[in-house]
Amino acid sequence: MPSKPPRVGLFVTCLVDFLRPAVGFAAVKLLEDAGCEVAVPANQTCCGQPAYNSGDSADARAIARSVIEAFAGFDYVVAPSGSCAGTIKVHYPALFANDPDLAAVIDLAGRTWELTSFLVDVLGVAGVGAEYRGVAAYHDSCSGLRELGIEKQPRALLSSVGGLEVRATNGAQSCCGFGGTFCVKYPEISADIVDRKVSHIMDGGADTLLGGDLGCLLNLAGRLKRRGSAVKVRHVAEVLAGLTGQAPPLGDPE
Amino acid sequence: MTDSRAATLGAIRAALGRGPLPDQETAALEARLANPAAGVVPGRGRVDAEARIALFIAEAERVSATTARVAGPEAVPAVVARFLREHNLPSTVKLAPDPQVRSIPWSQQSALTVTEGHGEKDDVVGVTGAFCGVAETGTLVLLSGPESPSTLDFLPDTHIALVPAARIFGTYEEAWERVRAERGADGLPRAVHWITGPSRTADIEQTLLLGAHGPRRLHVVIVDARAP
Amino acid sequence: MDSTAHTFKSNALEALGDTRLQDALGRLGHGFPVKRKAAVERMPEFEALRDAARDIKDHVLGHLDFYLERFEARVHERGGHVHWCADAAAARETIVGICRAAGARTVTKAKSMIGEEIAINEHLAAAGIEPVETDLGEYIIQLRREPPSHLIAPAIHLAKGDVAEAFRNEHKQFPGDRPLDEPRNLLDEARSVLRERFLAADVGLTGANMLIAETGSIVLVTNEGNADLTHTLPRVHVVVASIEKVVPTLEDATAVLRVLARSATGQEMSVYNTFVTGPRRPDDPDGPDEFHVVLLDNGRSAMLGSEFHDMLRCIRCGACLNHCPVYRSVGGHAYGWVYSGPMGKVLVPNLIGIENAGDLPNASTLCGRCEEVCPMRIPLPRMLRDWRERQFDRGLGPAPARYALKAWAFLARRPALYRRVTALQAAMLGALGRRRGAFRHMPLAGGWTAARDLPAPQGRTFQQMWSDRGGPRS
Repeated sequence: MPSKPPRVGLFVTCLVDFLRPAVGFAAVKLLEDAGCEVAVPANQTCCGQPAYNSGDSADARAIARSVIEAFAGFDYVVAPSGSCAGTIKVHYPALFANDPDLAAVIDLAGRTWELTSFLVDVLGVAGVGAEYRGVAAYHDSCSGLRELGIEKQPRALLSSVGGLEVRATNGAQSCCGFGGTFCVKYPEISADIVDRKVSHIMDGGADTLLGGDLGCLLNLAGRLKRRGSAVKVRHVAEVLAGLTGQAPPLGDPE
Repeated sequence: MTDSRAATLGAIRAALGRGPLPDQETAALEARLANPAAGVVPGRGRVDAEARIALFIAEAERVSATTARVAGPEAVPAVVARFLREHNLPSTVKLAPDPQVRSIPWSQQSALTVTEGHGEKDDVVGVTGAFCGVAETGTLVLLSGPESPSTLDFLPDTHIALVPAARIFGTYEEAWERVRAERGADGLPRAVHWITGPSRTADIEQTLLLGAHGPRRLHVVIVDARAP
Repeated sequence: MDSTAHTFKSNALEALGDTRLQDALGRLGHGFPVKRKAAVERMPEFEALRDAARDIKDHVLGHLDFYLERFEARVHERGGHVHWCADAAAARETIVGICRAAGARTVTKAKSMIGEEIAINEHLAAAGIEPVETDLGEYIIQLRREPPSHLIAPAIHLAKGDVAEAFRNEHKQFPGDRPLDEPRNLLDEARSVLRERFLAADVGLTGANMLIAETGSIVLVTNEGNADLTHTLPRVHVVVASIEKVVPTLEDATAVLRVLARSATGQEMSVYNTFVTGPRRPDDPDGPDEFHVVLLDNGRSAMLGSEFHDMLRCIRCGACLNHCPVYRSVGGHAYGWVYSGPMGKVLVPNLIGIENAGDLPNASTLCGRCEEVCPMRIPLPRMLRDWRERQFDRGLGPAPARYALKAWAFLARRPALYRRVTALQAAMLGALGRRRGAFRHMPLAGGWTAARDLPAPQGRTFQQMWSDRGGPRS
């Protein structure tokens, strides 16, 4: 750890901001517990991925520029999402390949991390002090897994949570069918994909489903609840921070 | 025809943003062709002679070939006769006119009826001589030609292939090296067959079945040199 | 074949409702991917082999003119013929012309995707020449008058009962009550029928997995052995191959073969890899008298140097199909044309125009599994995005989706306004849905709520709560 605490700008993500602030507060707690100074720039909205993935590069670049501006001066930018962090870290540089702002984009990309990977790979956090009674399945979100190589980090942190067993599940690394705008444009295909995924989870015997991306988790929780499953769905940060009291599991009543 | 040739080549060059390659670059490509380099060669096949043979047998059997290893050519007829008996196959075999196959004392085995020639419609068992074996995947290399008709590798329901133990190489690259060394740089026959196990298909419900269009059985007889 | 790529959405809906197809796709999901994984785990050098194979194809693409000319020269030296064809029509005309000149009545065929691309069967039939597919899967779908639904397993969408029905309808020479319940019965019957066709054919038509510049050879890869009977038995062998199939040397072809079968079926090596060089030699006992290679461009040269250049590395192994969640849901026919799955989504718009295949690049979650398993490391998700960008720039695609995206982007670029709007919406939805925890129906989100609950927001945005708490902003 450096002598001066690292200054972290939290990239809240649009889904956490709108749907589940508890994940944001959990992220803040984890970062502060690990010795960071955390601030949340007001002028952030979204990483621009919906525009980028829809082929609207001009808007994606405009949104990216505002992210660069909002997060100037932070040592690190941390997002509780592999998808948003992947957009900034991997796709912004591609989007600005022929743009005069490329250097600023690469600088931002270099400072940006997904939450669990930041805790483990950058800060060297070996464990957290939380407790959670249950058996959990873990969903590896596609962007986190394949763009950023996030697989072991959340599991390493979860292994330090008292009372929790993380059980390997079939299809843990297969797509849940969310795909951002995909689930809107092709809802039936998306529903078929998530149904397969949910069957694996229900067959696996876990009572909790954890993951690092709210998009996937909304999709999975939505299908689990529709199928009448009692599996509780939470973002991994909520369990790691021991803040499961802030909000009921996704899609469950208060 | 000439026009479409020029059109295609022109379109390629235009898309690559250049005209015909300059001489210097052509020379480099010529050199690459003239000295074919092995790329990444798996370590699996790069082992000593006995380990190579063991690997060849293990890999061939993994893909449902059967194998036998015999001490010399004189032991081959009995092994072939036994194989046919064990599989309830007729004892009439069609032999390739191959020196390796001809060196076998077939007449010692009175149970076998042998004829020689290329493969035909009604042949049930064919015996051919392989150019070499490749241990890395239990693959046989057969070169078509007057001594080794392709039809005999494919038409009979049972294919028995002979390969000298000393000609089981570790890797495909070694096999190419031998082809070039023994047949000359331009010496490829009409067909070089790499054969890895008997014919198969999984086109119906992914059910694996042997003997799709080629042989249902592949029996490889590895022949050690006759004891001095 | 006529494309139905423009009706992808309705094709997909039909596929989702087809229970026999879904059973078949379930089998696929448990087959190839599991076997590929095992093969990869047995080969410690696999990642290095992928790099090597990619580098070979990249080298070739940069010097494609040189290698094609060299290939042609070698084929000529061996007494073969090379026919350059700019498009599908030219290739069809050439092939039909060769068959006519040979006085051909039947042509045996080994499965060729280029053959599908140029719809050669229909044109041979129209010229009075009977094409006979010999790959078992391809034969089955030919009897059913269907296109293939998978690159390497063309009848993957069928159950054995479908095959039995096709055989009973078409093989009238056998007793009607013969047992056809097991795949073995079906295979044995097909083998006996096709054996006669092999022996009687005048021309054998194959594709090529690769062309080798060093030797003028073409490479054929099968498990059944049908390609070998196709090129060995008839008097004339015609090869139809697209121009990007060339590789420099035998060693380069070998490098590609090391990743092909492992990626495709999870085999270490396909059963038959054959390097065919020219027609029969003077003292050969078998083999064809004539050897023709039809070299087809059909849009490939236009892809060189474009953002779709890397697609030309594709070796048609089918790994991207086998691992694709969307392919697993809808199967190959839904894609509407010859090529399906992730590779089809990139390639087909190049070949038939994005305006005729608009859904293909969009119907992807961009999960990245295809690129992860592609032996040639083709950046398929990146190219799907590139198509989307072209579509967006050209104003293609449904207008409501474009307006919604524009409205959202307008907000996302104005943080203060964004905060106010999201706070209002979160409050409203939170109040409505918090008690139950989720919505079962939601106006404008009917696609989502048809199959899923929509988890309710907490009610206040993170930004509001952070401000309330007086959390640091910089």
